[in-house]
Amino acid sequence: MIPIDKIQATAHTLMEMAAIEIPEDYLVGLKKAAADETGDLSSFVLQAMLENYEAAKEDRRAMCGDTGTPRWYVKIANEARVEGGPVALEAALRGATASATRSIPLRPNRVHPLWRTDHDNNVGIGAPEIEYAYEPEGSWIDLTTVHKGGLFGTDYRMLFPSDGIQGIKRFYLDSLVAFGKRGLACQPAIIGVGLGGSKDACMVHGKRAACLRTVGDRNPDPKIAELEMELTELGNNIGMGAMGFVGKSMVIDTHIEVGYCHTGAMQMSVHAFCLSSRRACARVYAGGSVEYRTDPEWYTPYQRRETVTWPATEPSRKSA
Amino acid sequence: MARHGTLKKVSLSTNPAPEDLAKLELGNVVYLNGVVYTGREGVYMKVLEDGAELPLDLPGESAANFHCSPAAAPRDDGTYDLSAVSATASFRFTKWMADWLRISGAKLILGKGGMSPEDYRNTFVPNGSVYLTTVGYGTGALLGRGVTKVRDVHWLDDLGIAQAMWVLEVENFGPFIVESDINGDSLFERENKKIAEGLPKIYEGTKPAVLKRFGETDDRGDELI
Repeated sequence: MIPIDKIQATAHTLMEMAAIEIPEDYLVGLKKAAADETGDLSSFVLQAMLENYEAAKEDRRAMCGDTGTPRWYVKIANEARVEGGPVALEAALRGATASATRSIPLRPNRVHPLWRTDHDNNVGIGAPEIEYAYEPEGSWIDLTTVHKGGLFGTDYRMLFPSDGIQGIKRFYLDSLVAFGKRGLACQPAIIGVGLGGSKDACMVHGKRAACLRTVGDRNPDPKIAELEMELTELGNNIGMGAMGFVGKSMVIDTHIEVGYCHTGAMQMSVHAFCLSSRRACARVYAGGSVEYRTDPEWYTPYQRRETVTWPATEPSRKSA
Repeated sequence: MARHGTLKKVSLSTNPAPEDLAKLELGNVVYLNGVVYTGREGVYMKVLEDGAELPLDLPGESAANFHCSPAAAPRDDGTYDLSAVSATASFRFTKWMADWLRISGAKLILGKGGMSPEDYRNTFVPNGSVYLTTVGYGTGALLGRGVTKVRDVHWLDDLGIAQAMWVLEVENFGPFIVESDINGDSLFERENKKIAEGLPKIYEGTKPAVLKRFGETDDRGDELI
C-alpha cells in the first residue's frame, strides 16, 4: 500500500522542482543551440535564458513568471495500491497543486473560461488535468507534473494520406513560423507532433510527445525517428531564432507519437514545449520510498502496444 | 557563437525624459529603475469600461505599464511573496491602448511580443510612447530579482492575483529590448521581413493541405475543398 500523505508530499516537491529547475536534457540542448547561434539578438536571448535558469535555482524562485497550467500524468504499475484509492489520489494531487501555488509561489493561471472565477490556487473545474496510464509490472506509482504554457504554439489540422510527408512538413513549418514570429511559442522549444488517432487523441499524442519525452530520445520506429530528426533540421533552417529574431534556434528536438486512425485520415497536431520546459517526476514505492528524476519514462513498449493482448515477458512482482 | 555582447545596454527611469526616450534604438537592451505597475485586460476593463477611479497618481508615480501577472501570493502579515515576473502577450490589448495611454500618460509599455505597426503609428507615436519587450520568453527569475519591493496591490479581491494591479519598486529591472522606438518603427517587423525572404526556399516542395479551413477569410463563399 502506498501511503497517501507520501503521495501528496512528493507531489508538492515535484511542483517546486518543475517550476524552478530546468530539466538537464533541455538545458544541454539549449546550451548547444546557444553555441551554434550566430544571430546577435537571438544569441542575446539565449544567453539571458541561461542566466535566468541559474538565477531561478539560486533564489529558489520560479524560472518564468507565467508558470503555466500545471497538470499531472500518473502511471500506476499493475500491482500498486494507493491508500484511499483513486479518489484520495486525485485529492492529493489537487491539494499539492493548490499548496505549491501558494508556497512557491506560482502564478494562479487557472480561471473559469466564461466567468473568470479565480481560486488563486490553479485548481478548478477540470484543473489540474490528471491523466493515467498503467504498466504491467511493479507496485509503484509514477507522478509526473508538467507546467506547460497555455496560450500559443499549438495547432491541429486534419490531413489525409494524399497530403503525405510533404503535407506533414508543410503544417510543421506553418505552425513554427506562425507561432515563432515575435517568439509567441517561446522557442527554441521541444516540438511534439501527434499523428493519427482522432482529433482529441491526436492532440493528446502530440502534447505527450512534447512533454513526456526528453531531448535526444528517438521514436523506436526507425523511419519515424528519421522523420523526427528531419523535422528538427527543417525547423532550425527557417532562418528564425529565439523571439522570432533572425537566427536558427527554433527547435531543440522533435518528438512524434502516433495512434491508429480512420483509414481515410492522417490527423496532425503540433505542440511547442517552451524555453521553460517544466517537468518533474518521481516514483513512489509501496513502502513509501521516493526516487526523483526529470525523465518521465512514459513511453515504454507497453504504452505503444499494437497487439490485442500484452505478452507478459516476466512474472509480476509482488509489493516490495 | 554569441555576438550578443554587441547589443547596446541602457539604464532608464520609469518616468523617462522625452530626450531619453528619443535616444532609444531598436534592439537596445534596457534596464529600468523606479516604479512599474501591472495592467492587463482586468485593469483596462475596470478603468476604461466600468469607469473605476485610478487608484494611484499616473503618470506621477509611474509611466511604465507592464503587461504582466506576477507569480506571487499574499503572506499572512499583509506583505507579498513574489517569485518570478514575466510578461503576457500584448497584441490582445489593442482595443484599450489608445484610451489607456491618454488616461495613464504611460510612456513605456512593457510586454511580450510587441504590438502591430498600426498600434505604434496610431497610438504610441502620438503619445510619445515606446514599447519594450521582455526577453526569452521569459526571464522571470531575473526580472523577479529586479523587484525591490511590492509597494501596493490594487483590486486584488476583485480581480485576483493574476489580474490585479501590482505596483512594484524596481532596480536594474530587466533585461528588456527596445521593440518600438519613438518613431513607431518595430524590431519584430524588421526581423519578420528579413526572415520572410528565406521562407519560399524552406517551403519548397510542399503543397497546401488538401482540406482548407472555413473561417480563415471573411468570404463565406469559401469551400473546404
